[in-house]
Amino acid sequence: MGVQTKVPYEVSVPHIEPLRVLLPDGTLASGAKAPNLTSEQLRELMRRMVYTRTWDQRAVSLNRQGRLGFYAPVSGQEAAMIGSEFVLEREDFICPGYRDMPQIVWHGLPMFQAFLYSRGHQYGGRIPEDVHVLMPQIIIGAQIVECAGIALGLQLKKKSNVAIAYTGDGGSSQGDFYEGMNFAGAMRLPAIFFVQNNQYAISTPMSKQTTAASIAHKAVAAGIRGVLVDGMDVLAVAAAVQEARVHALGGMPTLIEAITYRFGPHSMSGDDPTKYRTKDEQTSWEERDPLVRMRQYVAAKGLWTEADEQAVVQAARDDVAEHIKKAENIEKMTVPGLLTSMYATPPAHIAKQIAQWK
Amino acid sequence: MTNMTMIEAIRDAMRCELERDPTVMVFGEDVGHVGGVFRATEGLQKQFGATRVFDTPLAESGIGGLAVGLGVQGFRPVAEIQFIGFIFETMDQICSQAARMRYRSGGRYSAPIVFRTPFGGGVKAPELHGDSLEGLMVQTPGMKVVIPSNPYDAKGLLISAIRDDDPVFYMEHLKLYRSFRAEVPDEPYTVPIGVAGVVREGSDVTLITYGAMVHTAVQAADELQRTRGASVEVIDLRTVMPLDIETLVTSVKKTHRAIVVQEAQRTAGVAAEVIAQVTEEAILHLEAPIMRITAPDTVMAFGQIEEEWLPSVARIVAGLVHVLDF
Ligand SMILES: Cc1ncc(C[n+]2csc(CCOP(=O)(O)OP(=O)(O)O)c2C)c(N)n1
Ligand SMILES: [Mg+2]
Repeated sequence: MGVQTKVPYEVSVPHIEPLRVLLPDGTLASGAKAPNLTSEQLRELMRRMVYTRTWDQRAVSLNRQGRLGFYAPVSGQEAAMIGSEFVLEREDFICPGYRDMPQIVWHGLPMFQAFLYSRGHQYGGRIPEDVHVLMPQIIIGAQIVECAGIALGLQLKKKSNVAIAYTGDGGSSQGDFYEGMNFAGAMRLPAIFFVQNNQYAISTPMSKQTTAASIAHKAVAAGIRGVLVDGMDVLAVAAAVQEARVHALGGMPTLIEAITYRFGPHSMSGDDPTKYRTKDEQTSWEERDPLVRMRQYVAAKGLWTEADEQAVVQAARDDVAEHIKKAENIEKMTVPGLLTSMYATPPAHIAKQIAQWK
Repeated sequence: MTNMTMIEAIRDAMRCELERDPTVMVFGEDVGHVGGVFRATEGLQKQFGATRVFDTPLAESGIGGLAVGLGVQGFRPVAEIQFIGFIFETMDQICSQAARMRYRSGGRYSAPIVFRTPFGGGVKAPELHGDSLEGLMVQTPGMKVVIPSNPYDAKGLLISAIRDDDPVFYMEHLKLYRSFRAEVPDEPYTVPIGVAGVVREGSDVTLITYGAMVHTAVQAADELQRTRGASVEVIDLRTVMPLDIETLVTSVKKTHRAIVVQEAQRTAGVAAEVIAQVTEEAILHLEAPIMRITAPDTVMAFGQIEEEWLPSVARIVAGLVHVLDF
């Protein structure tokens, strides 16, 4: 096959500087706009990140023991996940992907339901009445277009709330990604599109996803705000979402790209990152651990001690133990139960299958 | 001959055809550098280069469209959809574009594409990874649908599919990928599309099935032989579009009784079509209504209850007994 000579070209795009509040050593970046958070809130952010890291480590080993099923590890992405959820209001609505369990649990979904979902139990998805989230989406992209519909619904109901959709760098290649943003822009909806760019879609690196200068630049095509943020900096993430929320309520959606990294494998189903990532790369990202950065900041402010850390780790371990037990003890599903849950009123053929099931 | 798993046989088929025909190309999500999430394409990029075997951006509609465009340009794309549930993101390209290309262009263009995709229950995959969606494809005029049950057929059918001048939807059962090995010739060979295989001859009842259910069916046939000396003829459809009605009718004319087993939900599926056609051709030879053993009409069960939801040896045996005693 002949290879054509590529004509050099330059696409002129505005430069987008990644938002950063904390430097890697935990000090404030010069001229940084810190999010509007109290000392108590700063402590809470730290607590949630430590808690989530412990929960993730426990989930990985529960998966290895066969007590959890499908699981997508989150270590490395805590700042992006926790920081973005933290500044949402309780009635803001989250449209998550399969990795976004921390956001929906911190938004109110009981942890044992996250475990049920992983264990392949239908009730994992039975979201409590007062929790404003969708079930984790398996079909990459679907949650992004749905987010526009949720946002329109919130607007029509005159709520002062926003809808936020999460996806990854890979997800940003789906047609649905553009469609969701474009609908939200065209209809001036209270929506936020949050991309966790962890550099890989399973084994596929960012360089194969797009030749765009950044994912944030894709906002330009939809006519909405595009923001790039250091995704290992929980304060920068929180600040970006806080601001995006204000714009969203005014009818201007934002696309936020948080630059981050997953420390672990894609999922626990046999992915081996050494096949596509170098040790050096991995190490260089581990040096930017979002927990280390925030810990230095809050410790320097006298807001966090080793004792605090230990207490949170223990609490997380206890909670995971309690919730996995609860998940394991939940009544098993039945085939008639599944049949019953297909329609509001079972049509005749379903009723017959329920009656005849042995 | 080499003793191969089904996944190795599938890889070998692609290797043979990439070697033989320079227009063959292999692509999809994660298929290039790491060789696919199941390693079905492992080593192919290294051997044939990144122009012919490559990773795409994460976009199934893009993958389908790329395949259709390449087909129009005279290439033979083998496009992988990472799991069956993701075909919905590209149904337009598969069903409305590829399958209709020959018809719409009056034969000027064609879409000699193979869409490969893993599917099937019994491995507790997350939702939308294991659904049996062959029924949708069978209802797509212009599409052929192939579902191998063993390594030998997998290689021969995939080679046939790649050489076929029309689009073929090639479904790879997750449970069969590595569950057993079989002797597979090293050289290229074809298993014809549209020809069923008689897995075991019998005289009392015909058991028609495909995919992983072939193995469950054989166990049920063994059990019936043991418990009541009944002789069950087991037929593996291998291709569900077009159906090999001749083989089925010949068998039913001999046994006068039949059941059809499918992993898919009950309504409007392959089993229903098989029953309709066999009945049309052979109703006067039948001594019992043809029965269907299928999954119930729900969304594919979440992992925890998958085993109960799928047709089991016990349910197939009960079906066979019912038909024999009718
Ligand atoms: C529509 C669709 N296509 C493919 C997949 C299979 N898949 C699951 S995760 C994944 C990679 C996603 O990468 P990214 O969007 O970057 O998110 P990350 O997993 O890195 O968080 C792929 C291809 C899927 N779940 N849905
Ligand atoms: Mg990613």
